[in-house]
Amino acid sequence: MSDLSLHETVSETPVEAQLGDYFALLKPRVMTLVVFTALVGMIVAPGSVHPFIGFVAILCIAVGGGASGALNMWWDADIDARMRRTAKRPIPGGRVEAGEALALGLALSGFSVVLLGLATNFLAAGLLAFTIFFYVVIYSIWLKRATPQNIVIGGAAGAFPPMIGWAVATGGISVESVLMFLLVFMWTPPHFWALALFVKSDYGDAGVPMLTETHGRRATRNHVLAYCLPLVVVALGLGVTPIGGWIYLATAVVMNIWFLKGCYEIWRRTEAQAEADNYKVEIRTFKISLYYLFAHFGALWIEAALRWGGL
Amino acid sequence: MALKVEHEIHQRRRGRNTGVGLLLLGFLVIVFGLTVVKVLQLGDARQFETYDHVARPQIIPQEDSE
Repeated sequence: MSDLSLHETVSETPVEAQLGDYFALLKPRVMTLVVFTALVGMIVAPGSVHPFIGFVAILCIAVGGGASGALNMWWDADIDARMRRTAKRPIPGGRVEAGEALALGLALSGFSVVLLGLATNFLAAGLLAFTIFFYVVIYSIWLKRATPQNIVIGGAAGAFPPMIGWAVATGGISVESVLMFLLVFMWTPPHFWALALFVKSDYGDAGVPMLTETHGRRATRNHVLAYCLPLVVVALGLGVTPIGGWIYLATAVVMNIWFLKGCYEIWRRTEAQAEADNYKVEIRTFKISLYYLFAHFGALWIEAALRWGGL
Repeated sequence: MALKVEHEIHQRRRGRNTGVGLLLLGFLVIVFGLTVVKVLQLGDARQFETYDHVARPQIIPQEDSE
């Protein structure tokens, strides 16, 4: 479709943006992971937070994450329009103007950072501001189109929420919060590249370098295992900190053996073997990666609940 | 000619405007709730009175009674 025909279509049937379109700019599915990990980071931290302040803090972190999603959609509108998965997003779909997404993203960024600072402390607000800056400027604007390691760097932005949650409760940064950050950070590459191996994406056509296309699928398989090994160390290391415990350690041992086995099988296989069984192992390992993060943070939550109950 | 108060855009944007209204209401609740919680956490409300530029005899330190 040429630009001309696109404009003609739009002018004939004007589309009225609904509230849901603006909400879609905030990437609500990504927001759920942000909310969950930030909430756990806040709950497991020593010290208490008033429930209402805790609620406002999580809301601010969610809105801040959503704001960075809107800014990402503003910047990447040209890429989104060229890929099937994202072509129907509000901006390429013609329902929301790019400028509106920029304004919404900037306004919500300011709102969430200022409110978090006033409600809790300025370290938490500073970390949230840095997360938004990192995701939008460092990842989206600078590195996403420049390096196939983009997903590793982008993963850092998704790893900050538990650290922010911890800062909300304690006003500081500690070994535990850094390990929670590293858990999400090291988990992102094997999680994403397992997906990249079995989903046919059109990132390449859109000009985004993905490891599967720039370095090949063999290199991607090597990377999956290479990132999984330090992930295991981080995950088990978290268990011997004050926020860990036997339940967390037992969960971590089971989940890490399961995930490591999947990553090892991905590494061992050739592309021909994967095609023969329709990427069965890659799909299974990707699913395990979803359970993996949920189980680790869920176990930390249970440990905190047991400590709170005096057990 | 009677004035038409309801423009077509009001109908078309009803859902959007209602949503914005509810969001603003939510913002109001958050600010009010935070204010209440922060004030209650201060404990001694006299801490406020230092800053309102009004003479408050009750916060002047007691002199020795000699």
